Amino acid sequence: MNALAALRKACGDQAVREATERDAIDGVRPSYVAAPASTDETADVLRAAAEHGLSVVVRGAGTRIDWGNPPRGADLVVSTQRMSGLLEHAAGDLVVRVQPGLRLADLRDALAPARQRLAIDETVPGATLGGTVATGTAGPIRMLYGSVRDLLIGVTVVRADGTVARSGGKVVKNVAGYDLGKLYTGSYGTLGVITEAIFRLHPLPEARALVTTRFADERAAAPVLAEVIGSRLVPTAVEVDRPAADAPLTVAVLLEGVRPGVVARAEAASRMLGADAEVSRDLPDWWARYPFAGDATGLKLTVPIAVVPDLLRAVREAAARTGLAVAVRGSAGVGALYAGVSPESAPATVARFVATLRDFVARYGGSVVVLRAPTEVKSEVDVWGPVAGLDLMRRLKDQFDPEHRLAPGRFVGGI
Amino acid sequence: MDGDGDGSRASAVAAIATRMRELIGDEYVLTDRIQLRTYECDGLAHFRVTPALVVLPDTTEQIAECVRACVEAGVPYVARGSGTGLSGGALPRADGVLIVTSRMRDVLEIDVPNQRAVVEPGVTNLQVSKAAAPYGYYYAPDPSSQQVCSIGGNVAENSGGAHCLKYGFTTNHVTGLEVVTAEGDVLELGGKAIDPPGYDLLGAFIGSEGTLGIATRVTVRLLRSPEAVKTLLAGFPSTDEAGAAVSAIIAAGVVPAAIEMMDALAIEAAEAAVHCGYPEGAGAVLVVELDGPEPEVAATFEAVERYCRENHAFEIRIAGDDDERALFWKGRKSAFAAVGRISPDYIVQDGVIPRTALPDVLRAIADLSTRSGVRVANVFHAGDGNLHPLVLFDDEVPGEAQRAEEVSGAILDLCISHGGSITGEHGVGADKAKFMPRMFSDADLDTMQLVRCAFDPGNLCNPGKVFPTPRLCGEVPGRHRGVHPLQEAGVAEVF
Repeated sequence: MNALAALRKACGDQAVREATERDAIDGVRPSYVAAPASTDETADVLRAAAEHGLSVVVRGAGTRIDWGNPPRGADLVVSTQRMSGLLEHAAGDLVVRVQPGLRLADLRDALAPARQRLAIDETVPGATLGGTVATGTAGPIRMLYGSVRDLLIGVTVVRADGTVARSGGKVVKNVAGYDLGKLYTGSYGTLGVITEAIFRLHPLPEARALVTTRFADERAAAPVLAEVIGSRLVPTAVEVDRPAADAPLTVAVLLEGVRPGVVARAEAASRMLGADAEVSRDLPDWWARYPFAGDATGLKLTVPIAVVPDLLRAVREAAARTGLAVAVRGSAGVGALYAGVSPESAPATVARFVATLRDFVARYGGSVVVLRAPTEVKSEVDVWGPVAGLDLMRRLKDQFDPEHRLAPGRFVGGI
Repeated sequence: MDGDGDGSRASAVAAIATRMRELIGDEYVLTDRIQLRTYECDGLAHFRVTPALVVLPDTTEQIAECVRACVEAGVPYVARGSGTGLSGGALPRADGVLIVTSRMRDVLEIDVPNQRAVVEPGVTNLQVSKAAAPYGYYYAPDPSSQQVCSIGGNVAENSGGAHCLKYGFTTNHVTGLEVVTAEGDVLELGGKAIDPPGYDLLGAFIGSEGTLGIATRVTVRLLRSPEAVKTLLAGFPSTDEAGAAVSAIIAAGVVPAAIEMMDALAIEAAEAAVHCGYPEGAGAVLVVELDGPEPEVAATFEAVERYCRENHAFEIRIAGDDDERALFWKGRKSAFAAVGRISPDYIVQDGVIPRTALPDVLRAIADLSTRSGVRVANVFHAGDGNLHPLVLFDDEVPGEAQRAEEVSGAILDLCISHGGSITGEHGVGADKAKFMPRMFSDADLDTMQLVRCAFDPGNLCNPGKVFPTPRLCGEVPGRHRGVHPLQEAGVAEVF
């Protein structure tokens, strides 16, 4: 049996097709696309792929398929689009069990009538739960709720050889066995295919207020950021936004809770932010969105929280030195910023910019990761940067995927 | 395990002792039988093994050296903090080395602007909060043993506590670790910044029960102390009404800092031990605590009180100050030990169920108790479905211990059949490894052990814990082993 026939046997004729130009992953053209409808079918697909030595890249909505390094090989795309169900919503237990192809927005709508939510922002429109776990993305509200790793309580994964393995479960409090959900989160599809995920939920707050103001630069904002973040107001998010690296800086504080509480806390936050602070119920267009789109280069920068103002300065200075157009936005409250570099920039200049910022964050144990970039830029920079524990990571990869067929090369150190 | 025979293992341990004496000093390397026996068990005292050697290092490098010595000689080793664990996770090996971190108890840094503390593994949980308190901060995970349990142990067990309902567990609060890997390398995982690139080794390490290495320095997130804390104690006719009140609170979208429940037998024990003065005649009590910004707590607290009354609470007390709050908690926090007042022996069980299954499971536990004649006192973190049934018995009466074990095991089966877990916070350790196959398939356990094989291919780091059968970490079959690491790293190309 050839590979195509084996894949069709695994999940049905209709669910497998030959790949086209549009299936290319970061310039790598796959041969086949298979869309299994269940964990069992996924296991059969992966067994067929193993028999035929096919490299495999998992795709949800494809919104972040070009993140990381281009894969060394991608013979088969496993699409999760036919696994998009909400399997179980245990409202009384604040738990939801989903398939990977379910979109965050659809889950949000399904949970809303129960006044609950999965506290993970949709940072890319159309993103699926599977892709969100695989890339470990989180937006502003992670300040209060943590990120994917903190909310994922159970996971089913199909390994490279087709073995189906679960870890965690349906209860939030659970220390039985290793917490493999942590390893799969942010592993970019290099350890297995997630076919089911269980998350803890939170009640939807009754009220919210966004307190916003603008500062001339990061120096002016620094003491206010420190005061708000060090306050007892328990903000859900403290965000900064700067459309250009030397533009005025918007600071926005999100407060959520019961109505009288939110009103009082918004007043207190307004006093901290200064006379020009505005209070609104509405979130701005830029909220929870990356400051990059299309073919721009997108960076993620992390530092300890008190270093955020200095990081903003470092970005401004590096942009000025290299002449790049850079937008910055992100979560000052957790120490994670994102930067978007104009797609017209010369790759070597972008590389220099990244190197400068890596030198800066290295002093504080932070990191600069190139989330996405034009192919020419990726060939000029190490997208992941220095990684601690790489040897152990390689050993993990060798254990989970000894033939290195899952998204080969996409992850850190060429894993 | 003793492939080379007991004799050669013993001489290997003796050689390690000599090496450690040179490195750490005689007084911190214990080989005397009586001294060794001090370390024969952790908080789960019916598992006892006297270690061949105990070392008390004071630095990361000493721990690394000790681990390397063990790995070179093929000698198993176990790390231990304060020894308060309740699953035998720090149970020593008779043919191995016990590495005790209790001398490493410095709070290295309270970094207020970055909201982090950096501490040595032997620092107690409470010590972190005490060190942060002058700045208005605290460390959120608060296991009942927080006065004595060590942060290193908390990391190994992913410890929770009463307040983890709202704030999460150790894994949600540790942002960085320095570890000595299972093979003796010193490695930094994370730090004060979040999201280090690569696999989340930190997340895999925390809660691995000391089987992947030894944490030698811990960076934790500090939280701002809440502006307001309000605690109520409510007496109910039975656990049914108390359970219904919990459901109503959660359904209303309230996330209390803690909701704790005790049943009549547990209350009786607590009264006998600490005279906590809980409402007389109560079939169940709830302790509900809210914390956060003042106006938020005030509004929500009213609702909580209402839900308790609507569900037939016959008495509600509200703590007026910290002393009264402490009194409410005293009964709850002393419950395990208090059971000693009403029963000569008891087993502390730790299982989890989906919270909504609480009434069903409590009825089933009552049935089990009636049928077997074994008394069960119930204490639980009601908000997250974490049960701590206390199974009472008298070891002097032939057959009672056996029956108690059976009831205790049957309770775990109840948890599993309701989609829960065999442990919410005490860990699997030596105690529950045999229950793991009831909760996980062979493939599940095998997959977890792939992690073990990556970290500890020699299976020397706390062996025999968590998994009922070790996996052999040999070469993994496969047509090829992927590309050369240098090629992967982009250092070399193969043409």
